Amino acid sequence: MIKVINPGLQTTVQDHGRIGHYEVGMPPSGAMDKYSYLASNLLVGNKDHAAVLEITYMGPVLEFQQDVNVAITGGEMPPKINGQSVPMWETLAIKAGDVLSFDFIKQGARVYLAVAGGIDVPLIMESRSTYTLCGIGGFEGRALQAGDELKIGGENESEIAVGTRISDELIPTFSKTNEIRVVLGLCSYRLTEESKERFFSIDWTVTPEANRVGYRFKGERLNFVEREQPFGAGSNPSNVVDLGYPIGSIQVPDGVEPIALLNDAVTGGGYATICTIISTDLDKMAQIKTNEKVRFVAVDIHEALEIRKEYQGKINQMKQQVLGHKGGVKNG
Amino acid sequence: MARYEYGGDEFIFVELSEAMSLETNFQAMAITKTLREGKLPGILDICPSNASYMIRFNPDIIHPDELISKLKELDQEVSLENFEITARAVDVPILFEDPWTHEALMRFRDRHQDPTATDLEYVARTNGFQSKEELIKAITDSPYLVSMIGFVPGLPWCYQMVPNEQQIEAPKYVRPRTYTPERAFGFGGAFAVIYPVQGAGGYQLFGTAAAPIFEKEQRLHDFKESMTFPRQGDVFRYRSISMEEYEEIRSEVENGDFRYLTKEITFKPQDVLENPKAFSDSVLRRLYA
Repeated sequence: MIKVINPGLQTTVQDHGRIGHYEVGMPPSGAMDKYSYLASNLLVGNKDHAAVLEITYMGPVLEFQQDVNVAITGGEMPPKINGQSVPMWETLAIKAGDVLSFDFIKQGARVYLAVAGGIDVPLIMESRSTYTLCGIGGFEGRALQAGDELKIGGENESEIAVGTRISDELIPTFSKTNEIRVVLGLCSYRLTEESKERFFSIDWTVTPEANRVGYRFKGERLNFVEREQPFGAGSNPSNVVDLGYPIGSIQVPDGVEPIALLNDAVTGGGYATICTIISTDLDKMAQIKTNEKVRFVAVDIHEALEIRKEYQGKINQMKQQVLGHKGGVKNG
Repeated sequence: MARYEYGGDEFIFVELSEAMSLETNFQAMAITKTLREGKLPGILDICPSNASYMIRFNPDIIHPDELISKLKELDQEVSLENFEITARAVDVPILFEDPWTHEALMRFRDRHQDPTATDLEYVARTNGFQSKEELIKAITDSPYLVSMIGFVPGLPWCYQMVPNEQQIEAPKYVRPRTYTPERAFGFGGAFAVIYPVQGAGGYQLFGTAAAPIFEKEQRLHDFKESMTFPRQGDVFRYRSISMEEYEEIRSEVENGDFRYLTKEITFKPQDVLENPKAFSDSVLRRLYA
């Protein structure tokens, strides 16, 4: 059992995501930075899909009521056990009665805390992920609150020695200016050539509206090609006949502020989508904060698939390090 | 001509037409149904939408270009003539001009095309109806095809089964509302919708549905198998009800006794496309028989 003394700003239970229900309008939810999520589970010997805590901007204070191994990954938010600093990206031992807390976030936006066995909450449509908009999944369908008691499950499959850690070259680094790679397409024909060019050549600033649903950006107005609107689309030039939105797709309602749709987003609607963030860069997006800058970079599908392979290569390397102890760094 | 587009490395988006029509929607339905039956490895989600459809796939199992070739083949193979839809005709009771959506729409007048009228008055006028009562009659006279589900879990986009010249069209709000009550009945573009949960929204607000279309607790009979009620291909008849009937239905919902009036129907797209009026009448006769 883990007792929540202080929930932090927004701490939710997340796993791999609720996949396969998009057609009824159910977004996947799930950990936003999948790489860090996988790393945390790996370090405590959990199955790939075990549920962890996703911590946003400000960390919680948690009291453990049993001995258990944990691992903390993601953005840099220095953790402490009973007030003593402990490392991230490393298998840690917690004793019954220990209190885990966090310093202010230094880099990134989201941190993942895995406990050996995973967080045990009911499976809703094959997933433990929290989807707060509809109050589904996770701990009672909401972010954690003070006084909540979390059960630990049995989703672990291997013993990982305390002190096992991910080597530095496999730990993501963060920056205040970020390049996010996208594949142009969907309804990009709606933008003027000039606006398409501007979209890729200016720095966009992340607004305070940046959460699990999506990120909104400030920059400059984009323009749509003038046309007589097709039947059923609605009157604004940014409107199309309502269609499905890919996860990571970007739309520009009324041409004013681009919105990137993320894990808890709406699954469809009537705004022209212009491009889609490639799956690997959704992890990067999840670690970007309000007021940081983003530059969008166009890649084609072949480049996107190459990048995906490299990313999987890194995950395999990480798995080898942790599970095979090949080249993994061990502390005394 | 259909457009095939990459949605990053995990989605393919296919736009069959830029404009909405019953025929295009049936085509999207037929292609996605055939694809679903084919059980192609690596497919994660198949999402039919109004005049388009979208696939989520695992590119480690199926290359996007291989998937696109497959979809192009399907587009050629699928024929609406042999396509049969088995669905439910459903009676959906709506309280028009209810106090809850009225309160919401009045609160956001500054975001509307016409701050001096209600949404119903505005859309009646822009569609050439003499009164809002005439608009309500047009909305409730003929049933709707559930042409897409999404936005949030269970929201049905509904397209009326009437000839094109009788279609009602409404703009969306100039700027979306930040609040829409649960079960609000709205209209935007050429689509009627019910908002399953409270939230943002940009459709014109006409009323409130008495019964839920999303129930996460899954207490009611109609929600035993799924938290969401509408299915693509369903035929919804929106029926105008009184406050008295509304309150009766609400108490049935509270008690857990409410069940939608539904009838199973089987039809071919041609039945609808050739004579929408005759099709609508036969559905209504069967529903209320």
